Amino acid sequence: MAGGTYEKYKSDGSLGGNVLEWVDARFPATSMWKGHLSEYYAPKNFNFWYFFGSLALLVLVIQIVTGIFLVMHYKPDGSLNAAGVPVAFASVEYIMRDVPGGWIIRYMHSTGASAFFIVVYMHMFRGLIYGSYRKPRELTWLFGVGIFLVLMGEAFFGYLLPWGQMSYWGAQVIVNLFGAIPVVGNDLSILIRGDFVVGDATLNRFFSFHVIAFPLILIGLVAAHILALHETGSNNPDGIDIKEKKDEKGIPLDGIPFHPYYTVKDIVGVVVFLMAFSAIMFFAPEGGGYFLETPNFYPADPLKTPNHIAPVWYFTPYYSILRAMVWNFFGLDAKFWGVVAMGASVVIFAFLPWLDRSPVRSIRYRGPITKVMITLFVICFFILGYLGTLSPSPMGELISQVCTVFYFAFFLGMPWWSRMDKFKPVPERVTMK
Amino acid sequence: MSNQGKMDCGRRRLVVATAAVGGVGAVGALVPFVSSLLPSERARAAGAPVEADISKLESGQMMTVEWRGKPVWIINRTKAMLDTLPKLDGQVADPKSEVATQQPPYAANATRSIKPEVLVVVGICTHLGCSPSNKFKPGNEEGMGADWLGGFLCPCHGSTFDFAGRVFKAKPAPTNLEVPPHVYLTDTRILIGEDKKGA
Repeated sequence: MAGGTYEKYKSDGSLGGNVLEWVDARFPATSMWKGHLSEYYAPKNFNFWYFFGSLALLVLVIQIVTGIFLVMHYKPDGSLNAAGVPVAFASVEYIMRDVPGGWIIRYMHSTGASAFFIVVYMHMFRGLIYGSYRKPRELTWLFGVGIFLVLMGEAFFGYLLPWGQMSYWGAQVIVNLFGAIPVVGNDLSILIRGDFVVGDATLNRFFSFHVIAFPLILIGLVAAHILALHETGSNNPDGIDIKEKKDEKGIPLDGIPFHPYYTVKDIVGVVVFLMAFSAIMFFAPEGGGYFLETPNFYPADPLKTPNHIAPVWYFTPYYSILRAMVWNFFGLDAKFWGVVAMGASVVIFAFLPWLDRSPVRSIRYRGPITKVMITLFVICFFILGYLGTLSPSPMGELISQVCTVFYFAFFLGMPWWSRMDKFKPVPERVTMK
Repeated sequence: MSNQGKMDCGRRRLVVATAAVGGVGAVGALVPFVSSLLPSERARAAGAPVEADISKLESGQMMTVEWRGKPVWIINRTKAMLDTLPKLDGQVADPKSEVATQQPPYAANATRSIKPEVLVVVGICTHLGCSPSNKFKPGNEEGMGADWLGGFLCPCHGSTFDFAGRVFKAKPAPTNLEVPPHVYLTDTRILIGEDKKGA
C-alpha cells in the first residue's frame, strides 16, 4: 500500500503501460513461464521413451473435454424406462445414435481410457529402465504412483456408468472383494455400494466419484508430479545429473530449454499418437473386444451373469494375481489373500526408489542381470494380462501362479540382484546417438 | 514472543486447546458425509417379500424371481435330480447344511427344501456374487466332465454347486448357496422373504 513498496513495480497500474508488467507485478506469469518452460533446462538426449509424459497430459485433456460433453447427455439412473431398458444404458445409446457428434465424443472417451493406460504403462516402463525414480526424484515417482492408483479408480468407476452387463457384474465382483477383509469386510462393501446389491445408489455415487472427486485429485497429483520433477530436473537415458556440469551462467551444459525444443519435439509425438488414436477410434473403437467388451452392449441384468466375465485389459494382470491366490493362510480365506496380493502388486511400485540399490541409474550402464530381470518382468506382466482375459483353467492357474511369484520376486529380490550386477562406467556428459 | 526470546505458555496452551476442539468438530462434521454413504431408509425398506406362483412349473424346470434385487431360483427337481444328492455327500463341502447362516432351520435337511422336490435358493454365488449358470445335463454334454451329475457352474471363478445348491469341495465359493426364508401360502404359491406368516 505504501508508496515506497509500490514504486518497485515498473507499471503505474494503468493499462497504458506494459500489460505483462502490470500482470507480473500481481501474478508470477513470466516467472512461471520461464521456470517451467522457456528456462526449464531438460537434458538434450531425450529419446522415444520421453514422449509418453506429455502424451499422458494430452490424454488427460481429451478425457476431461470429452467427459464434460458426455455428462451433458448421460443420465446416471438405474431405473427402467418405459421400454424396460435402464435409463443410464439408454442414455448412452442415445448419445451414440441421436446426439449429433455424440458417437465420436463417446468413442474418444472410451478409446481415451485405454490410451491413457497404454501411455502411462510406457511412461512407467521408461522410469523403470532409466532409474528415473532414484534419488532425488522419489517424490516425483510417488506422486506418479498416486496418479496411477487414482487412474485405476477413475477407470473402474467410469466403467459402471454405461450400465451394461460387464459394467454391472464387474462392479459386483470387485466390490464383493472388499467383503473378504476380515471383520469389517461386509459392512465395507455395503458402504461402497450404498445398498445390499449393486444398484442405483452405486451408479450415482460412482458417477459422482468419476466426474468430480477423482478428476480433482488427479489434476492435483499431476500438478504435484510436474512441480516435483521441475524442482529436481529431469532424468535422462544416461541416468546422470546434467546439473553437475554447468556453464558460467549456471545453465547445465547438456540442458536445452523445454520450450521451444521439447514442446516442438513433443508435437511430433502428438501427431503420431493422434494418428494411431484416430485409427482405433474410427476403425476399431471396440479394440477387438478389449477396449469395449461385448457383454457391455447388453443392458445390466441383475438376474443373469454373462457366461464369461473379465475386467478391461488394463486391469487383467492384477486380476490374474488375484485369481492365482488359492491357498488359505493363517486361518484366513484364499479370497482375502487374493485381495491382499492384488493390492500389493500395485502398491509395490511405490517402493522402487528404495528397493533399487544399483550404483548407476540407467539400464545402459547396468549388466545382464538387470536386463534379464526386467525382460522377464515384462513377459510375466503380459502373460498375467493375457490370462486375466481368459476363463479360469487349471493350466492358466498354474502359469499365473508362477508369474505371480516372479512378479513379487522381481521387486522383493531387487535389493540383492540390483547390486550383484556388472556395471559399466557412466560417462561424464550425456551421450547422443 | 520471539522478541523477548521467551514463549507465552498460557497463550500456547490456548492455541493448542482451540486446535484440539476445532479438530473434534472437523471429525464430527464427517459423520453426515459417511452416513450418507450407507443404504438409505428406502433401500432398507425395499426388502419386501415377493410371491411366486409355481403352479405352471413343470418337473425339471426352473424359474427366477427377483427379491431384494437378487435372483431367487425355484427349481422343481425331478426324481433323477434328487437321486444325485446322496451320492455327492462326500464331494460337497457342507453336505448336512451345518453353516446356519445359509438356510433357515426348516431347510437344513437332505434336500435343503421344505417340499423335497421344490428348491428355493438365492442364485448368487457365495464367492464374489456372480449368478451361476445351470448345467443340468449330466456327463460331458455341457463341457462339465464325464462324472458330472448336474447342477450349477459359476462363470466367474468356476465354483460348482449340486442340485441342492451345495458347493463342491476345493472351489472358491466358501459356503452353499443361500436358501431365503420362504413359506407356502398355498400348495402352489410361495412367499419369499418371510417365513412366519401363514405357516
